[in-house]
Amino acid sequence: MVTLLYAVLFAVATIVLFGGLAHKIWVYASAPAPLKIPTTPAPVTRMGVVFRLAREIVLFESLFKANKWIWIFGWLFHAALLLVLLRHLRYFIEPVWSWVVLIQPFGILAGFAMLAGLGGLWARRLLVPRIRYISAPSDHLMLALLVAIGASGLIMKYAIRTDIVAVKAFFLGLVRFELSPLPTDPVLLIHLGLVALLMMIFPFSKLIHGPALLFSPTRNQVDNPREVRHVAPWAAQLAARTKAE
Amino acid sequence: MAKVSDFIVDDGETDPLAIPQLACGAMAHSKPFVAKDKHQAPLGFPGELVENWQEQAIVKMGELLTKYRSLQVYMDCCVKCGACTDKCHYFLGTGDPNNMPVGRQDLMRKVYRRYFTTAGKYVPWLVGAEDLTEEVLDEWYSYYHQCSQCRRCSVYCPFGIDTAEVSMAAREIMDSVGKGQKYANEIIGKVFTIGNNLGLPTKAIRSTLDDLEEEMQEDTGLDIKMPLDEEGAEILLVTPSADLFAEPHIDGLMGYAKVFHEAGVTWTLSSYASEAANFGVFIGSYENMREVSLRIRKAAEDLGVRRIVFGECGHAWRVAYSFLNTLAGPFDFLDQRYPIPQHICEFTNDLIEKGQLRFDKSRNDKYRLTYHDSCNVARASRMGDKPGGQFEIPRAILRAACNHFYEMAPDTIKEATLCCGGGGGLLTDDLTELRIKGAQPRMRAMQEVAREHGVTHLAAICAICKAQFTKALPAFGFKMDAILSVHQMVSNAIVLDGSIQARALDGEKARVTAQQDREK
Repeated sequence: MVTLLYAVLFAVATIVLFGGLAHKIWVYASAPAPLKIPTTPAPVTRMGVVFRLAREIVLFESLFKANKWIWIFGWLFHAALLLVLLRHLRYFIEPVWSWVVLIQPFGILAGFAMLAGLGGLWARRLLVPRIRYISAPSDHLMLALLVAIGASGLIMKYAIRTDIVAVKAFFLGLVRFELSPLPTDPVLLIHLGLVALLMMIFPFSKLIHGPALLFSPTRNQVDNPREVRHVAPWAAQLAARTKAE
Repeated sequence: MAKVSDFIVDDGETDPLAIPQLACGAMAHSKPFVAKDKHQAPLGFPGELVENWQEQAIVKMGELLTKYRSLQVYMDCCVKCGACTDKCHYFLGTGDPNNMPVGRQDLMRKVYRRYFTTAGKYVPWLVGAEDLTEEVLDEWYSYYHQCSQCRRCSVYCPFGIDTAEVSMAAREIMDSVGKGQKYANEIIGKVFTIGNNLGLPTKAIRSTLDDLEEEMQEDTGLDIKMPLDEEGAEILLVTPSADLFAEPHIDGLMGYAKVFHEAGVTWTLSSYASEAANFGVFIGSYENMREVSLRIRKAAEDLGVRRIVFGECGHAWRVAYSFLNTLAGPFDFLDQRYPIPQHICEFTNDLIEKGQLRFDKSRNDKYRLTYHDSCNVARASRMGDKPGGQFEIPRAILRAACNHFYEMAPDTIKEATLCCGGGGGLLTDDLTELRIKGAQPRMRAMQEVAREHGVTHLAAICAICKAQFTKALPAFGFKMDAILSVHQMVSNAIVLDGSIQARALDGEKARVTAQQDREK
């Protein structure tokens, strides 16, 4: 019963995640940027823009300029999350790729780092009046969700261990559309339930910020308006209409 | 009437970027005059708040979300990290949390969430979604006219969220339902009917130019022309109309004329396009911005010029550099060997680099100078062919023309520059309190260099900055004429070939050489 429930849950969550992401990306891609608005100084070549975006994605360059505390906690959280996700690949592939084996110990450490980063961010949200002012209940709940996922994961690693071999069999089964029984310890079910929830919220909340960054005109535009004429389709229509008149 | 200095509380704080205590609602009363029918109609907006304004505003917002990727992405992707919260000069000057960039954006974001997101429709309390009520519209009118669209926040946002984009959209939505801002909309109307923001008729412009020609002839002994509507000139100079009217702008205009004279190019102003400023950008109206831009194209075609050069004006340079090609291009009838359009600073600096301009820097020795990077030039445009040329080129000109130049604190210049407090369509007397409080960070940065280096004057390349500082400087212990045009410095120090100054200098040189020869 639990196995079936979670199988359905993860199927739905996966569809919502990727369907939602595809929808959002389509919405962003289909809205034109009618004017050149890169925040300058900006790169003057396409390659330069790739580097600018890469620095934003990998180093959080703008955030670093803005506020060192938010940068430290935010970067720590994201880097740790990446390691944790990569470490979790081992539950979806057989045999496990050697580099995934290699990062296993770091992935475990990253679990703690992730919580530390989240804790720092949450503390700022509660303690800095400016940030408390701009926080909606959903902002706190998002942090709670991530902390709960991280904490339940660590609990399974260090306190109440689950039958990880069975968990892996369950997920490998899911990938092949086969049902393999999922252990029913509560911590595991909480962990997985919250992950599914996170997947479903992702495209429809502020968590979309990662993909959205790639579409941000102030960051992804080349600074070449004098050299290359930039006209959005609706603006071109406007010009055609004036000409006709 | 309150004195400007009354708006500033001297609490002994000297750090330009000191973060104030939150003061909720402290600036809720600040609102510009609402546009009347006669200001709205020429721009194609309803004359007063329409009956079903709420419905129409939401429709308009939906339209803008599909027309502007920036708005759609920026409504979605803010994570409320807080990076921008201490970056707006209006927040630093007022402490009002709605003047934090994210606070300002959230005024629209809460409405976006209510009407355009699932969570906002069903669980508004969870995600901070709100109906577009009359109170919210009031908040919008107040706080979206407390953003100078300077883009300082967008430098620091990890996603590049630009509050200027949001405030432009908000103003466009408000205009579309009949709640426009008098100052900006009246001015755009003047451009359509008279050709410039100040409403200067051709005759007045010509007579000013005659006076200036006379002044320069007396000063230099040379016939330096200031042509208007001269067909067949090589260059069309498009400059803010303040350059034809106000101090210190007008001294900059004489600087351009002297540089053109020395370069030996023919040039002209246009009475039809006697305005570089384009307030269409402030109200987020692509259509109005385009209308104003097309005037420049028409003037260039009618006069048969080969090049377009822009005078000193911040947002005008943004519209010219970043948007003109889009709005009124392609400019295939102009000489493609030069940038289209070109900034007067690029023009002057090219000549300096080629060694074609001669300066007597000592003429500016009475000034101990710092330079204010105007926001739109710094963060929304470029000069020259390298990123950051917009910072280096004006400084290169100042260094060529002045002996005493000092930088303000690094976190208040270049891409981190602080707005003058009067940009974005806020340069109006009905917003004086906001303007003075918003100028505080920049003024404190200037006070720092005044203490450390004895700086007395501030140079800028923006008509709005110049007008705003004339008003703000006295509130911070400076003289109102402590603001200068960059080309005013050029005008003071340039030694034109064959001028009185050149003869005096060369005579002096000849005398010294002769003396030395005799001594040998």
